[in-house]
Amino acid sequence: MERKEWPLWEIFVRSKNGLDHKHCGSVHATDARMALQVARDVYTRRQEGVSIWAVKASDIVASDPDAKPELFDPAEDKIYRHPTFYKLPDEVDHM
Amino acid sequence: MYTQALDIPGQQPKGKPDAVENAAYQAEFDARIDAGATIEAKDWMPEAYRKTLIRQISQHAHSEIVGMLPEGNWISRAPSLKRKAILLAKVQDEGGHGLYLYAAAETLGVSRDELTEALLSGKAKYSSIFNYPTLNWADVGVIGWLVDGAAIMNQIPLCKCSYGPYARAMVRVCKEESFHQRQGYDALLAMMGGTEAQREMVQDAVNRWWWPSLMMFGPHDADSPNSGQSMRWGIKRISNDDLRQKFVDATVPQAEVLGVTLPDPDLTWNEDRGHYDFGTIDWDEFWNVVNGHGQCNVDRLATRVKAWEDGAWVREAAIAHAEKQAAREKAAA
Repeated sequence: MERKEWPLWEIFVRSKNGLDHKHCGSVHATDARMALQVARDVYTRRQEGVSIWAVKASDIVASDPDAKPELFDPAEDKIYRHPTFYKLPDEVDHM
Repeated sequence: MYTQALDIPGQQPKGKPDAVENAAYQAEFDARIDAGATIEAKDWMPEAYRKTLIRQISQHAHSEIVGMLPEGNWISRAPSLKRKAILLAKVQDEGGHGLYLYAAAETLGVSRDELTEALLSGKAKYSSIFNYPTLNWADVGVIGWLVDGAAIMNQIPLCKCSYGPYARAMVRVCKEESFHQRQGYDALLAMMGGTEAQREMVQDAVNRWWWPSLMMFGPHDADSPNSGQSMRWGIKRISNDDLRQKFVDATVPQAEVLGVTLPDPDLTWNEDRGHYDFGTIDWDEFWNVVNGHGQCNVDRLATRVKAWEDGAWVREAAIAHAEKQAAREKAAA
């Protein structure tokens, strides 16, 4: 049997206005319209969302997991970027 | 879900790590597992870990899909519009669960078509519980109560499994399963409040489904050679026998409230253990069904194959339509 698989789409759902769209899974669909319809049936059967984004999986670029150290470790020793780094007198420490 | 299709810009795909690098990767992987860290799709993982996950997640997905069949049988025969709407929603959920899980399996580098092919050719297994027939309406209630109840026991620990996409899919699945179990129990309560004949139907269904439900937890720990490795990898968190015991302990009081007898003369409370003792499971029956000789194995697979073949023209037409539209848009641009 000849097989031609439908393209893969990554699905992002905004659970309510005021919140970000969040990745929740993927679906196979032939075009954008179908991707949205399928995503609605698969990922929002219980009012989990008010908005759906569908992105072709092949259009997403991702950072290399092997590059984690050089990408993210440089931030590790920059503790002065966090408010807790600064010890202030008790009277004003709620600042 | 962060699939095999994701590209890393400006990078050639790496070749297989050489032996030394592999050992280093392995050590890092082991350390992360020991620390309770989550493994994500693009992270390095041992081939055996990947294969075990593909097998387990896809079997789980197939079970959800085939699991629609025994209950689907009753959608057109539900006793009221309310029960029909509930059953439709439940069966739709099972389809959804299958899709969440296929998506999770695909992150490991296997295609949906390969997974489907493995199911339809009989190469892949699915839960043997679905090779039993649903003979009357009480079966639908008992499936919700016992079969989904057992599934929940099995599935809750998977929400914390070491592979991120699988764990996240299981969180969604577990949220929805609770409705499945409760609606089943609710349907049985209604029947138990009915006529003597209806109560007998419930008892008959319980008699038929009780032992197969206990088999859903798999062989005894001593006869489950792969369990140790799965525990080591953080894929499995609780042993088969421990989960089975938890299920029995939780179910006995529910049976009392319902007013049915669980078909096991050896079922007694053991004060010393703080658990219910129960009788011996017929493992010959279990293996017989697993190996294809259950009452409905042939029928279930034939139904799936027919659905796939009957849908072929739709899949092809949808692709053809999308390609034509895309070409038209390109020409117009």
